[in-house]
Amino acid sequence: MIKAVIIDDEPLARALVKEYLQHYTQIEVVQECNDGFEGVKAINQHQPSLIFLDIQMPKINGFEMLELLENPPAVIFTTAFDEYALNAFEAHAVDYLLKPFSKERFDKAMEKFLDTTSVHQQKENTEKLVNNMGESALQAGRVVVKTGGKIRIIPISTIDYLEAADDYVKIISHGECFLKKRTMSFFEKSLPKDQFIRTHRSYIINIHQITRIDPYEKDGHVAVLRSGVKIPVSKSGYSVLREVLGL
Amino acid sequence: MSNSPFQTARFRIIAAIFWFGMSVVQAMVLQLYGFTLRMSVLDSAVSNILLAGCSVLIAVTFQYYNPQKNRYVYIAGLVITLTIVWLFTSRSILMILVDANDYNEFFSTSITLRFVFGMLVLGCMALVSVLWHTIQDQQEIENRKTETQKLSKEAELFKLRQQLQPHFLFNSLNSINALITVQPQQARKMIQQLSDFFRGTLKNEEHQWVSLEQEMQHLNLYLEIEKVRFGHRLQTEVLNEADATIKIPSLLLQPVVENAIKFGLYDTTADIVITIRAWQQNNDLKVEVTNPFDPETSASNKGTGFGLSSVQRRLYLLFSRNDLVQTSSQQNYFITTITIPQ
Repeated sequence: MIKAVIIDDEPLARALVKEYLQHYTQIEVVQECNDGFEGVKAINQHQPSLIFLDIQMPKINGFEMLELLENPPAVIFTTAFDEYALNAFEAHAVDYLLKPFSKERFDKAMEKFLDTTSVHQQKENTEKLVNNMGESALQAGRVVVKTGGKIRIIPISTIDYLEAADDYVKIISHGECFLKKRTMSFFEKSLPKDQFIRTHRSYIINIHQITRIDPYEKDGHVAVLRSGVKIPVSKSGYSVLREVLGL
Repeated sequence: MSNSPFQTARFRIIAAIFWFGMSVVQAMVLQLYGFTLRMSVLDSAVSNILLAGCSVLIAVTFQYYNPQKNRYVYIAGLVITLTIVWLFTSRSILMILVDANDYNEFFSTSITLRFVFGMLVLGCMALVSVLWHTIQDQQEIENRKTETQKLSKEAELFKLRQQLQPHFLFNSLNSINALITVQPQQARKMIQQLSDFFRGTLKNEEHQWVSLEQEMQHLNLYLEIEKVRFGHRLQTEVLNEADATIKIPSLLLQPVVENAIKFGLYDTTADIVITIRAWQQNNDLKVEVTNPFDPETSASNKGTGFGLSSVQRRLYLLFSRNDLVQTSSQQNYFITTITIPQ
C-alpha cells in the first residue's frame, strides 16, 4: 500500500481528493489535515510517500510546512492560486492542480506520480523543490522554524542576526536562538538587502539592531548590537555596511 | 533632463567650433583690410568672446524665464539691448587695447555691420533656447500623459480582477465539484448562491447607495458560501439594530468581512466566529466586524489591513474623511469599525 496524506483547510476540497482517489486501490489515505501543523505531525508519524498539499492555509502556508519536514515525500499541490509562481516548482513537484480540477487532470497527476521511476527520485525532487523555494516565505516577512517539536513563526523584523553553524544557520531573535537547515548565501540572497547585511563570512546582521561600530585589532571592526553582542565585521563587510548606513 | 542647451555635450562642441571658425574668419578679413596681425586678432578675439558670453547669458536667462506665446516682443527687446551692450563694451575695451586712429575710424564705419551681425547671432541663440525649452516641455507633457494612461489602465484592470475575486470563485467551484456527487441538492444551492452573489457584484455600481437590508442580503450570500467552504470552522453572528431603510454605499461591507474571515481563518487554527453588528449613533450608521486573531504572529502578517485600505479609500472619496475606518484589538479579537455618515 502507498500511504498518502491530504492537507487542505477546506473539508470539501479534501473530500474531492479522497473521492478521486477511490479507484486507486493501491493508495491509502492515512490522514486528512486541516493545516500545516497537523500536516507536519501526520507526515512524521505516518511517513507517507505522497501528500496532496494546499498552499494558503492557516498560520503557515504549504511551502513553509514543506520546509519543516526532514524527509519530505512527493508533493502534488492543489491550489486555486497561480500567483505563487508555480512554474518555478513545476520541475520538482510531481504536479500542481489548479482548483477546480477534473478527474482527468487528477488522473494525469497520479499517472506522473506512479510512473516516476523510484521513491528515491521523488524524494530528491522534493528536496530540490524545498531548496528552490523558501524565498516566497521570506518575502512574506517571516521565517518558520521547528524547535523541540514546536513550530515557531519568526517575523524577520525581530531577527537580531544570523550566524553560520555547519550545515545550519543560527537565527537569533530577541535573544532566542533557532536553527534552520539553510545556507548563509540563501539568507543573504533572500532577506531584504536594505535591512540585512552580510558583514562577515559567518554573520548576517539586521542593521536596525546596530548601536555602534568599533575598530577591532589591526584593521578589523566589530558591530555592537542593542543586545550588547559584538559581531565581527570583515573588510569587505565594513565597506558594504558603510555604504548602506551612508557613512 | 538638461536645463539649457549648453548642458549637452553635442551643443557645446558645435558652439565651440562655430565661435572658433567665426573668430578665424573675422581675423582674416581684417588682415585683408590692411590691419596688423595684432589688431586683427585682438578685434576678433574681444568681440567674439564677448558675443559668446552674451549667448550664454541668453541661454541662462531662458532657463529661468519661459516666455509665453505672443511675447516675442520681449525676446526681441532682450536681444537688441544685449547687442547694444555688447557693442559698447567691446568698443570700450578695444579702444584701450588698440590705440590707433585708423582703427577707431574703422570701428565707427563698421558699427552698423557689427550691430546687425551681433543681433543675428544673439537672435539665433534666443530662438534655439526657446525651441529647446518648448520641445522639452512637450516631451514632459507627453511622458506624463503616458504615465497617467498607464496608471488608470492598471487601476481598471485591478478593479476588474477584484470584482471577479478569482480565489473565492475557484475555491467555491472546487467545493461545488466535491458536493455534486455526495450532496447534489447542496451543490445546486451553492451554484445559485454563487450566481446571485456575482450578479449582485456586477450589477451594483460603486457609486450607488443601497439600503442596509440589501447590502446585508448580499453579504449573507457571501457568508453562506464561505461557511460551506470552511465547514464547521467558520461561524457568523449578524446583529442588525439599525433601521432597515438606512442607506449605505453598495458593496462596502463585503471586503471588510472578507478581510475579517481571511484574517481569522488564516491566523488561527481553531474554529472561529465572525461577528457583524450594525447600529445607529447620532447621525451615523456604524458597522462593527469582529474576528479572532493571534497578536503574536500577526506582526508578520502584512495582509492584515490590505482589504481595508480600499474601503478607506472609497469612504474618503465619498466623504473626504480619513477617520471612517477604525481598527482596534482587544485581547485576541480584532475589531474593524466603519462609520457611514447619513
